[in-house]
Amino acid sequence: MHGYQLRAAFEESVGGTWALNIGQVYTTLSRLERDEFVRALPESESGQRPYEITETGRAELSRWFSTPLERTDRPRDELAIKLALAMTTPGVDVTTVVQSQRTAGVRALQEYTRLKARPIEPDDLSWRLVLDSLIFQCEAEIRWLDHCEMTILRHRPGLAAPVSAPVEERERNSR
Amino acid sequence: MSSVLELRGVHRTHGRGPAAVHALRGVTLRVRPGELVAVMGPSGSGKSTLLNLAGGLDGPSHGEVLVEGRSLAELSRRELAAVRRRTVGYVFQDFNLLPSLTAVENVALPLELDGVSVRRARRAALASLSEVGVTDIAGRFPDQMSGGQQQRVAIARALVGERRLVLADEPTGALDSGTGEAVLRVLRERVDAGAAGLLVTHEARHAGWADRVIFLRDGVVVDSSGPLDTADDLLEHRA
Repeated sequence: MHGYQLRAAFEESVGGTWALNIGQVYTTLSRLERDEFVRALPESESGQRPYEITETGRAELSRWFSTPLERTDRPRDELAIKLALAMTTPGVDVTTVVQSQRTAGVRALQEYTRLKARPIEPDDLSWRLVLDSLIFQCEAEIRWLDHCEMTILRHRPGLAAPVSAPVEERERNSR
Repeated sequence: MSSVLELRGVHRTHGRGPAAVHALRGVTLRVRPGELVAVMGPSGSGKSTLLNLAGGLDGPSHGEVLVEGRSLAELSRRELAAVRRRTVGYVFQDFNLLPSLTAVENVALPLELDGVSVRRARRAALASLSEVGVTDIAGRFPDQMSGGQQQRVAIARALVGERRLVLADEPTGALDSGTGEAVLRVLRERVDAGAAGLLVTHEARHAGWADRVIFLRDGVVVDSSGPLDTADDLLEHRA
């Protein structure tokens, strides 16, 4: 497969939830070639260079599939850090931070659910699972934000945004 | 577009004096035809009170609840009962189907109670069962159905005949995630076909099926999301 084919195959699996730029594909291919996980084949007549996986590459792939990801391998959660800093930074209303993040989370969730509401085709299954992963992550974040809001209200009631103005009034006033 | 359900500055207080519990404090909310609104919030936040008020099972201490433009407070007891039978349908966590009636009899029951002939009620019930995709189990009793099938029957019952407002209280609570999703899909389809829906849930994943999600905290709407209001809605709000 050459770079464009690889990109198309990847995007088909994840259903466009993770767009790749072609530069990224070729950078990754050259790293894989350096580590001897793939080898370049002769260029085709149309000037595209196909790659094939090596035995070492297959072994690495099989190891990757069979090894669970460590949570520490993933990037730090910027949102958790943001909330922690919002708690300790004077002049920042942490409940507003929580609420606006939660609203954004719910909107994302609605978008994903709309995609999901379409009838299921057998070919969709791989990207459905990716979509479900996004939905569950979103849900977890919203639950955690709910928990943060409740904890803040319970332990530092003074920090809570005034709840006397229902949101429709607030929105009207701000328009 | 006019609302099927409207709450205007609704308060509900239980008890008096220092022991009074303010279940809802100034909730304003509209649900239009074809719109599904989800209400989220921790237990004790006022979700169930909101649902009871919307269905006319309880009345507000202050403010107004309107169903299809009619203020429930201005209706006689008889008219209110008629609204509950003809306009509003309920879906509960535990399905609440009558065990001694078949699926089609369960769905036909609210119409029969409302004086519709048995034959017409049955025809409408079969149509409603077909809309939720379970005509094949019309003759089964609840204990012969899966949880997901029972909940579909409950949705068919909630929306049988002319009823246009469905109030759902944790309708997926007792179901596994795949079945729960299928039930929400059906609810979503029925709302898309023109009903108005109010869905109480504590699971964000389920609220994702709604057009708008509101968050209740201590009886107050603290947060609302969903597609932004259109200019027409704004004019309507200001009117």
